[in-house]
Amino acid sequence: MLAYVIKRILSTLPVLGVVAIVVFLLLRLSPGDPAAIIAGDNASANDILQIREQLGLDRPYLEQFFGWIGQLITGDFGYSIYLKRPVLQLIGERVEPTLALSLSTMAFAIVLAVPLGVLAAWRAGTWIDQTIMAFAVMAFSVPVFLIGYGLVIQFSLTLNWLPVQGFVSIHKSVGDFIRHLVLPTMTLGLVYTALLARITRATMLEILNEDYIRTARAKGLTESRVLVLHALKNASVPIITTIGTGLALLIGGVVVTESVFAIPGIGRLTIEAVLQRDYPVIQGVILVIASVYVVVNLLIDLSYSLFDPRIRF
Amino acid sequence: MRQIARFFLRSSLILSVMTGLLGLFSGSTGSLAQDRDKTLKVVVHANLQILDPVWTTAFITMRHGYLVYDTLYAVNSKFEPKPQMASGHEVLDNGLAYRISLRPGLKFHDGSPVRALDAVTSIKRWMARDPMGQRMNSVTASIEPLNELTFEIRLKEQWGLVIEALAKAANPAFIMPEKVALTPANTQITDPVGSGPYIFVKEEWRPGSKVVYRRNPDYIARNEPADYMAGGKRALMERIEWLYIPDHNTALAALTAGEVDYFEAPPLDFINTLERNKNLKTVDIDPLGTQGLIRPNSLYPPFNDIRARQALAHLVKQEDYMRVVVGNPALYKPFCGSFFHCGSDNGIQLGSEPFRQPNVDKAKQLLKEAGYNGEKIVVLQPTDRAQYNAATMVLIQSLRRAGVNVDVQAVDWSTLLSRRASRNQPEQGGYHLFITTQGGPDTAMPVSNVWFNTRCENANPGWACDMELDAMVAAWSRERDPLARRPILEKIHRRAWETLPYVIFGEYTQPIAVQANLHGIVAAGMPVYWNIERK
Repeated sequence: MLAYVIKRILSTLPVLGVVAIVVFLLLRLSPGDPAAIIAGDNASANDILQIREQLGLDRPYLEQFFGWIGQLITGDFGYSIYLKRPVLQLIGERVEPTLALSLSTMAFAIVLAVPLGVLAAWRAGTWIDQTIMAFAVMAFSVPVFLIGYGLVIQFSLTLNWLPVQGFVSIHKSVGDFIRHLVLPTMTLGLVYTALLARITRATMLEILNEDYIRTARAKGLTESRVLVLHALKNASVPIITTIGTGLALLIGGVVVTESVFAIPGIGRLTIEAVLQRDYPVIQGVILVIASVYVVVNLLIDLSYSLFDPRIRF
Repeated sequence: MRQIARFFLRSSLILSVMTGLLGLFSGSTGSLAQDRDKTLKVVVHANLQILDPVWTTAFITMRHGYLVYDTLYAVNSKFEPKPQMASGHEVLDNGLAYRISLRPGLKFHDGSPVRALDAVTSIKRWMARDPMGQRMNSVTASIEPLNELTFEIRLKEQWGLVIEALAKAANPAFIMPEKVALTPANTQITDPVGSGPYIFVKEEWRPGSKVVYRRNPDYIARNEPADYMAGGKRALMERIEWLYIPDHNTALAALTAGEVDYFEAPPLDFINTLERNKNLKTVDIDPLGTQGLIRPNSLYPPFNDIRARQALAHLVKQEDYMRVVVGNPALYKPFCGSFFHCGSDNGIQLGSEPFRQPNVDKAKQLLKEAGYNGEKIVVLQPTDRAQYNAATMVLIQSLRRAGVNVDVQAVDWSTLLSRRASRNQPEQGGYHLFITTQGGPDTAMPVSNVWFNTRCENANPGWACDMELDAMVAAWSRERDPLARRPILEKIHRRAWETLPYVIFGEYTQPIAVQANLHGIVAAGMPVYWNIERK
């Protein structure tokens, strides 16, 4: 097991290396110049040139790249061009909102989607199945921002129950932390609920036709025991995979929801950095997200053995 | 069926518990409850990232500067310079020396007194960066403190705009402590200590989300009422929170729900919705308005030829632009032919007469005379800036109407900013035309209107080149008598409509939106947060 983990971690190093090179080149080769943005709307070309020199953006790409890699090896992700603060510190400040939103979204989706998926599979072809699948298609099809605005109009402006925007740290107030997370969680959670419900249904349908399910029923087990202990447990590997990759996707992809609800998370940090060409921040965020993908994938792989004893490392 | 019923029963039980918890939490405002009456929550137009108002010309940093720092002079609503930190000044040696005294008792946020040496160092740093400061620097022999509260500016030649320069509203000479102001002008300062009405709370700063200021208890406001940028800056709110909400719909919802008090730059198509809400009001804080302009690149054909720029002006029907960009006729002027704001003292329109109505045939003829023969004209279109994007679409359409072969380069704003600074050929990463806006009293003066600078290589992107016009501007700035300046201004304006450093596409107002119970909002040409109280 340990050897497998070490081997997997080592095998990710080349992947991260390739990511670093691609990100660096993409940024440098794409149009846009942080110096022009820093200089401001009324700046002259000379102002911009001065700032470029000061930031070292006039140095050859190779020199810039190896300078950055040298920093990375020592664990230094560099400083934001604008804020003059360490990239890792900026990312650290944004982790809590994104992690909170991602975990609450996944929890919301699991609680709703797994029972719905099981129910749809169990009653396949009936109106229950059709209703659940229609909901899944709808949740998939409606853009996230539209769901968000709709929820804001209903729960914030009409009923005045929940705040429109913002994030409050759990350390400051648990109540406000939850209140600020409800609408973003529902907004994003509906999409993942749809995804998980479909995966659960498809996997459960396959499992429910297996011989051992028929045997379990023949033995006189209750339907809930058959569904949960025999069918769902065996269907869990693809479901866990979807949950895991979904969580990793969420951490890197909550941009729209964070923007609609003005949540200062990693998604917004990324989009702001991209719009302003804050190279060190973009590079740092992408490397961190790539690392999260790698770790989550590893954890998913390791978890398989918990649900399927045939899988050994 | 019984199992389905049980499933739904369990689910509804869980949901009920969750709803109950929510209800419990929604009633609790927790320890976070701030004194809302004394806190002003503002949705700002941009994300504050740079704290040095000398290093960048970004509007958001300038507004930060006005909270944290103070200025020696400031303009009032008649655009006259009035003392702010200064108690007054004397003009000596036939206009070759200005002796300025500071008000006693002024303190920086760290408790240290504001001294003449701080003012001198701050002015020197500002003069190294700001275009008007650079002009002042070129005529300045020395700036030295005479004692703790008095300093003297000695000039090499007469220059009538010393006090106007120190009072300029956009990118002004903010006074910083000497140790901060000694930072080279091309290096960012990191210590945001000023002597202004509010103190920057660095530990609560969350870039991309929130900026917090608290009232400066040591600030000594002037006794005069607040008037534009001049007068008493009374910090009536204990705390100001700037919230950066990039999504306008969310910002509007937050304002409607009462979560925020002040929406700095609501999109103009929101104005009607805002005005219908009795809990909110819109306020016009900018008597001069915003000037929209089309900037031709004077380095390359055809716009290096005056006739092509005149053709461009003949294609502009300002009302078309305003209908698309602004919409609401109450917010724009049907036509403004002044380079210096139609509402200002310098707002003459001489020279604009031939361009009041579009004339496509004349434009075609002038383009031909300028040697234009169907080559591609590169127009930069910033798709992520709604107003600029809309104006650019009108420009593209009008060019096509005149038979111009338009090459539209759709880019984001940051790409446009870097591309417009490129001196490359248009087909090699350069451009022919882009659109931008400007506003405030600085636009109202030939010497401080940055897009009116026609010093060729030293002008802003587009590199307008007319040294004769620049000489007229220099003559205007040397003249100390306002009456004697007038004929020079008229000559400048006529000349500008001939050589066209840029083409005006309209002038409009950007109101702010606030809660109806906010009072004392100062019409200062830009959002300022002193004098505001909740009643």
